[in-house]
Amino acid sequence: MVKPDSDGDQPAKPATITRRTLLGGAATAAVAVVQTSFAKGLQISIPQVPDDPTKQMGVPPGKVGTRSAFEKLAKNASDISSRSPLQDLYGTITPSDLHFERHHNGVPAIDPAKYELLIHGQVERPTVFTLADLKRFPSVSRIAFLECSGNFRTGKETMSPQEICGLTSQSEWTGVLLSTLFREVGVKPSSSWFLAEGGDAALMTRSIPTSKGWNDAIIAYAQNGEALRPEQGYPVRLFLPGWEGNTSVKWLRRLELGDAPWQTREETSKYSEGIKGGKIRQFSFDIDARSIITFPAYPVQIQKGWIEIRGLAWSGRGKVSRVEVSTDAGKTWKLAELQEPILDKAHVRFRHLWQWNGSETEIMSRVTDETGYVQPTFAQLIDARGADTGGYHFNPITVWQIKPDGRVLNRPENFR
Amino acid sequence: MSNAWLVLPVGLFVAVLDLYPHPIAGSLFSDTSQADRSRKGVLNTDSLPTRFGYGKPASAVQITPLDIDVRPDGQGLPAGSGTATTGAVIFAAKCAACHGAGGVGGPNGSLVTTTPAPGKRTEKVIGNYWPYATTVFDYIQRAMPFSQPGSLTNEEVYSLTAYLLTANKLLDEKAVLNAQTLPKIVMPAQKLFVPDDRKAGPEIH
Repeated sequence: MVKPDSDGDQPAKPATITRRTLLGGAATAAVAVVQTSFAKGLQISIPQVPDDPTKQMGVPPGKVGTRSAFEKLAKNASDISSRSPLQDLYGTITPSDLHFERHHNGVPAIDPAKYELLIHGQVERPTVFTLADLKRFPSVSRIAFLECSGNFRTGKETMSPQEICGLTSQSEWTGVLLSTLFREVGVKPSSSWFLAEGGDAALMTRSIPTSKGWNDAIIAYAQNGEALRPEQGYPVRLFLPGWEGNTSVKWLRRLELGDAPWQTREETSKYSEGIKGGKIRQFSFDIDARSIITFPAYPVQIQKGWIEIRGLAWSGRGKVSRVEVSTDAGKTWKLAELQEPILDKAHVRFRHLWQWNGSETEIMSRVTDETGYVQPTFAQLIDARGADTGGYHFNPITVWQIKPDGRVLNRPENFR
Repeated sequence: MSNAWLVLPVGLFVAVLDLYPHPIAGSLFSDTSQADRSRKGVLNTDSLPTRFGYGKPASAVQITPLDIDVRPDGQGLPAGSGTATTGAVIFAAKCAACHGAGGVGGPNGSLVTTTPAPGKRTEKVIGNYWPYATTVFDYIQRAMPFSQPGSLTNEEVYSLTAYLLTANKLLDEKAVLNAQTLPKIVMPAQKLFVPDDRKAGPEIH
């Protein structure tokens, strides 16, 4: 049984692949059984392919590109979230349509021509900005990850990276620095917190320290070179680099500057976690460093010989310093190679070449960030916080069991 | 209610403010190298005007309908009042389908503290986990009922809040809830909440 997320996410269901998705405009000629990320054989259609593509005219250019019908990329979705297929992706940028989602009452339909952002409260000049207004300001682009702080699951061996921690993705976000808007409206020095409110049916709200707004917050209207996807907050979202995803409020409609947190439902009863002594930790914004091997990982089956172990590492507190990989169940660790550029608060690709001799073992990765923080084991985290902590900000080393027949299985942890 | 919590987190971020000088002082990122600016995507203030003049002044007519948030000190609470008796009727009609009769069970979870079955964990609900009563009002007002968000009157929200606090044994059944009485309720979980104790560095928190 898959343990639900601490914020009430539902166990993953196998993704359904529709005929429409796969056809991509091509004729159907064959039926094939394919292996999906969930190791279930699905009977699907594949497009007609000539024996020799060099002897047949190809299709002309289209208005938008399409993904190859042979690529079976899919998020897996619950009622409230969907997860990036980490095991199927390369590099560090998540294709926008595969960026994870988490929302609280669906994706709102917002007309960009009618969109307005209101900034008021402890400011000299309460102001309403249209989308066009926001785009006139100096812009910034920044590559950074976004992760839900409830991004942790365990409980069974047959779990892919997507199911374990698919609530993390990375994009290049473009918009106006919130500090630019703060200057524009004249935020008063007395303001220490602001409320960010979404224009969705849940009117999602979070209290954010004003210092984060001055530091590096972005009012984002674009992602990976185009306007935000509706699922990512179209037309405008808040983006807070390195902080728990819930604080990067989507469909942003209002910012109110104040001198105390509002203690909203999200920041009290939801995004808070139990720690030792029966206490509850609140306003835990920073994402601690984490890594996961995405290949080899369930559901792949490996063969003896050279294997490039690949994965992702990140830290919300700065840059990744190093990633170590163990192929002997944690007895020894070797430095992995990091793919440049290594960016601040960003997913980093790591690689480690390994020759598997066919014997049973466990492989795992651990990241160290530039603050000296070393990704902990599951046991270390429980020891630090107590068993009642819940799944928020839970970033343990993920262990993959290598079976003699080459199966790669998640090692489940005993989590309440 | 205690103001301690309103003060604590503010103090926490003083150090952060010091690291990033207040831009009104005219020194925004002036200690930041060009390379750092490129990396972090921050602006060169040399050519940044004090104001661009974009956007339109927001009037009270524009602000008031959107400004519905409520703080623990009661700031933002509207006029009106409600009682648990009225709230019980509204709850049965508009809330029980998702949150169970009397706020226990239901597909979207309990809202009322119950005694857990042997070997089961205590369910996190309003009575044992929510640190501020004002949050109940704020959240119902903005997000409930789930299929008809924003459809309740101030009186209905006060009544539902009164009902849920009463069901959690935090308010007398006869009490009238309004902008004066709601912020005075001290929730049992308030004393459990502490600000983030993690910090950068090797320690595991």
